[in-house]
Amino acid sequence: MCLGIPGKIVAIEDEQRQLGVIDVGGVRRQASLILVREPGQPLDQLVGEWVLVHVGFAMSRIDEQEAARTLELIREMGELMELDRAGQVEPR
Amino acid sequence: MKHVDEFRDPALGQAALARIAALVPQAQRALGRKSVAEGGAPIKIMEVCGGHTHTIFRYGIEGMLPDDLELVHGPGCPVCVLPIGRVDAAIELARRPGVVFCTFGDAMRVPGSDASLLQAKAQGADVRTVYSPADALTLARELPGREVIFFGLGFETTAPSTALVVTEAALTGVTNFSVFSNHITIIPTLQALLDSPGLSIDGFVGPGHVTMVIGMPPYDLVAQRYGKPMVIAGFEPLDLLQSVAMVLEQLVAGVARVENQYARVVREGGNARAQAAIDDVFELRESFEWRGLGEVPSSGLRLRERYAAFDAERRYGLVARRVADPKACQCGEVLKGALQPWECKVFGTACTPETPIGSCMVSSEGACAAYYNYGRLSTVRRIPRTPAKEPAA
Ligand code: SF4
Repeated sequence: MCLGIPGKIVAIEDEQRQLGVIDVGGVRRQASLILVREPGQPLDQLVGEWVLVHVGFAMSRIDEQEAARTLELIREMGELMELDRAGQVEPR
Repeated sequence: MKHVDEFRDPALGQAALARIAALVPQAQRALGRKSVAEGGAPIKIMEVCGGHTHTIFRYGIEGMLPDDLELVHGPGCPVCVLPIGRVDAAIELARRPGVVFCTFGDAMRVPGSDASLLQAKAQGADVRTVYSPADALTLARELPGREVIFFGLGFETTAPSTALVVTEAALTGVTNFSVFSNHITIIPTLQALLDSPGLSIDGFVGPGHVTMVIGMPPYDLVAQRYGKPMVIAGFEPLDLLQSVAMVLEQLVAGVARVENQYARVVREGGNARAQAAIDDVFELRESFEWRGLGEVPSSGLRLRERYAAFDAERRYGLVARRVADPKACQCGEVLKGALQPWECKVFGTACTPETPIGSCMVSSEGACAAYYNYGRLSTVRRIPRTPAKEPAA
């Protein structure tokens, strides 16, 4: 129930009710965009954005740069371990 | 799938696991503890959220962790903490003539005193599973002659959706729709947990999706008042591993901070529109009963007076009833992390997902069900390590 899923907004379905169509892993679902729209922002501007969908509502926009940064940090963990190993300082 | 597959990359998982393995002995030293092999206690990190419990078991993460690190599964599964009295009330509502009772699928099997919603349905009650509260409102529009009740469940992640549906019903003049609110809030719960005697948790992995709504500042008290590291985490395996490493880094450095691992989704201030939606429709109850934890002050949400017409409790004059948990069930201890699920006497024998005794065995986010479905191997590995508690008389 608490599992949110990432999806991409592919179309606006109902301007007035702020409903969009979201592609979640190839399946199209209707979801409310009310919580991810900036005040005054035209809805069409959201098409193409990635969002986290939870019980039929887009809850948050997914920040691509932050996503890349997180993966980078994990990669660095691996490199750190390599360095440790090369320097023979790996703690027991 | 984008934003999913990258965070399941096995090579990066190995990197994070190696980092964790290196950090654990350092953290033990920083805490001034002996290793488990030398008779010391493991480092305990609690994941508060049932979604994380699910990820941990689905990917077998526990089995990959060093012996000196134990993950403790916290109370963050809204279905698991639903007290029997509230399940009974839901069934009572569902059995009323003319009522269509809508619920998320997870809640169908939760045992009440003498039935679950699923059994009530089999006996003739009109209980329907919905994916979204919006589906319940649509149903109300389609069935003007019936009374549609939505079973509002969940933390701050689901509360905004319920709230928005109530406002929409009010704005569009729908009169045959109401909500039976069992929504709960995370911070008082964490506080109750941190105040419970004998809690031995060294750090927390925090609920990413609740935090995308409420933001980071509310957690400050965990770090400041209780001195525990807290890392808000995403739900893919790499998210979890990185978050565990981040908690360990803090323990090694001897600091306690609130950090955000899930920055791609969680903003510092959360989602202001979602917060406003909750605030418009809901207010805090003085107290709310949790399965296992008992009464927790200011932890439940009910509809505000101005939405009384949409509040199933007021509309049908429900009286709160307390029903004791079944004697055999140790969900409470499991939810507090004091007991591992397999230490419960009826785990896997009398209590299974098909015949659950306690609610932790029902939802796939519940600790007992997660152990039962995925955890067999790690259970075997773990049994000798933590001696089982003396069975309570
Ligand atoms: S195994 Fe069943 S009875 Fe035991 S604590 Fe878990 S849910 Fe409760």
